[in-house]
Amino acid sequence: MSAPGLPRLESAGLDGWLVRLFDVIDEANLPWITALVRDCEAAFGDALVDLVPSYTTLLVIFDPMRMTPGEARSRLAETLAALASDEADGQGEVHELPTWYHESVGPELVPLAERAGLDVAETIARHAEVTYRVYALGFAPGFAFMGSVDPRLETPRLETPRKKVPAGSVGIAGRQTAAYPAVSPGGWNLIGRTAARLFDRDRDGFSLLRVGDRVRFVPVSKQALVRLGADVTTMEDRR
Amino acid sequence: MTAVIRKAVAGLRVTRPGPLALLQDAGRFGVRRLGVTQGGPADLQAWAWANRLAGNAWGAAALEVTLGGLALEAERELTLALAGADLGATLDDRPLSPWQRFRLRPGQVLRFAQPVGGLRAYLAVAGGFRAEPVLSSLAGVVREGLGGHDGRGHALAEGDVLHVGTEAGEHPVGDEREAPAEARPDYAAMPRLSLLPGAQIAEFEGASLAAAFNTLWRVDDRADRMGVRLRGPTLRCRLTSMISEGISLGAVQVPPDGQPIALLNDRQTIGGYPRLGALTPLACARLAQCLPGQELRLEAVSAERALAEHRRFRAAFR
Repeated sequence: MSAPGLPRLESAGLDGWLVRLFDVIDEANLPWITALVRDCEAAFGDALVDLVPSYTTLLVIFDPMRMTPGEARSRLAETLAALASDEADGQGEVHELPTWYHESVGPELVPLAERAGLDVAETIARHAEVTYRVYALGFAPGFAFMGSVDPRLETPRLETPRKKVPAGSVGIAGRQTAAYPAVSPGGWNLIGRTAARLFDRDRDGFSLLRVGDRVRFVPVSKQALVRLGADVTTMEDRR
Repeated sequence: MTAVIRKAVAGLRVTRPGPLALLQDAGRFGVRRLGVTQGGPADLQAWAWANRLAGNAWGAAALEVTLGGLALEAERELTLALAGADLGATLDDRPLSPWQRFRLRPGQVLRFAQPVGGLRAYLAVAGGFRAEPVLSSLAGVVREGLGGHDGRGHALAEGDVLHVGTEAGEHPVGDEREAPAEARPDYAAMPRLSLLPGAQIAEFEGASLAAAFNTLWRVDDRADRMGVRLRGPTLRCRLTSMISEGISLGAVQVPPDGQPIALLNDRQTIGGYPRLGALTPLACARLAQCLPGQELRLEAVSAERALAEHRRFRAAFR
């Protein structure tokens, strides 16, 4: 599968093991991680408490009243020995996120374009032409870390995070892109706003995006975004 | 609202909100892969005892009262139990010490003042508090806007009502009115927090490791349900940041400033700082009762010892 010494099981407390599968971020990791998620659900059954997949790892939380850490470790070792890459399901669902790219909702759109030496239209095109993969969810419910953006658009996080980023804000940090499911603090470079409801407690599955999914940002007009029910309040209005 | 609420009746009304009071059941599980944190009681031990004294099974929702300040008026006859911190509680102006069961008649007022010993008190009601579960849990998480009495993760505010089941006024089965002395932690004693060393421990410099387990740490004022920052010697690690990965309850992470942070119930689900290891659930519980300035020690333990201690604790609860 990959680097020497991997996969490796690392202690993660009384009720957890971290399975380290890879040592670098790569789209090719995803079908292995999604396969391991599924296999762990089957292997642990009722003793499984939670699973946290991420770029190169899977954290497995088990019930220490049903299993000792040693038993859980053996179960994981057996599961890993039989693991096969998730060829069939590894493609993930495909989502299109209607997005209005504009400086009034994306205050870093213009500075980011300038830094990249591109005009704004070209910047938008480069962000919208990539089909991204979801590598991890975290930070907040439904917040999906997606990659990888065009190298020209790579930008470090803001030095001082904003206290309040509006829901639906689309941003870039490093080689990653994401959309904020809800109002929260945040340090990503904002370039637009999507109408997609990324987290909905009343929807089956709650989160629109899951690890392994494929995502495209589709440029739309402000009017289209409003019709889709999105909040298009400008950043200035929020201050 | 669904049937869960319709079967419930008003139990307690907030006449004065404190800084933070939230309903907590055992936590929100199975959704961490969606970025949803676990929530649940910061002090598992006191929460479990409050429920046991109220006659409840493991997992019933109880009220976590942080720092005090809160005042609650009974809307009906209730059987309640209080455990955890001594927040100077009074029942109609008579002192009410924690670790016991008691009754409230309609109109009686339970008030919390400020910490006398410990930081978080747990108030359980016979049958458990009722609210609409969100993602299968009542755990109130302010940062995510999920769960709690209103389903939106809001802390209790003046005028809010806590709902109870219709059985809440009946005496629970069993006549245990108080927790035995051995179940009551001495919050004045210096905590020794059990830590299971993690895989990255070898990446810390030798002197830092010696310091981690041989010096006094002090609880910083940056301490909440997400995590507790500790102040002490600077810990140096060969790894500075890593690819983000899932984080366990109690994980002790060390950001580049070298000051460890113990991550608690409302932590983010993934993160990328190296970790010394993870506190045991009971060590997290003890840490959750520490006020800023409290001195404590970290103590490495084996998984065997930690498991035996945890199972002994859990055996007391059905």
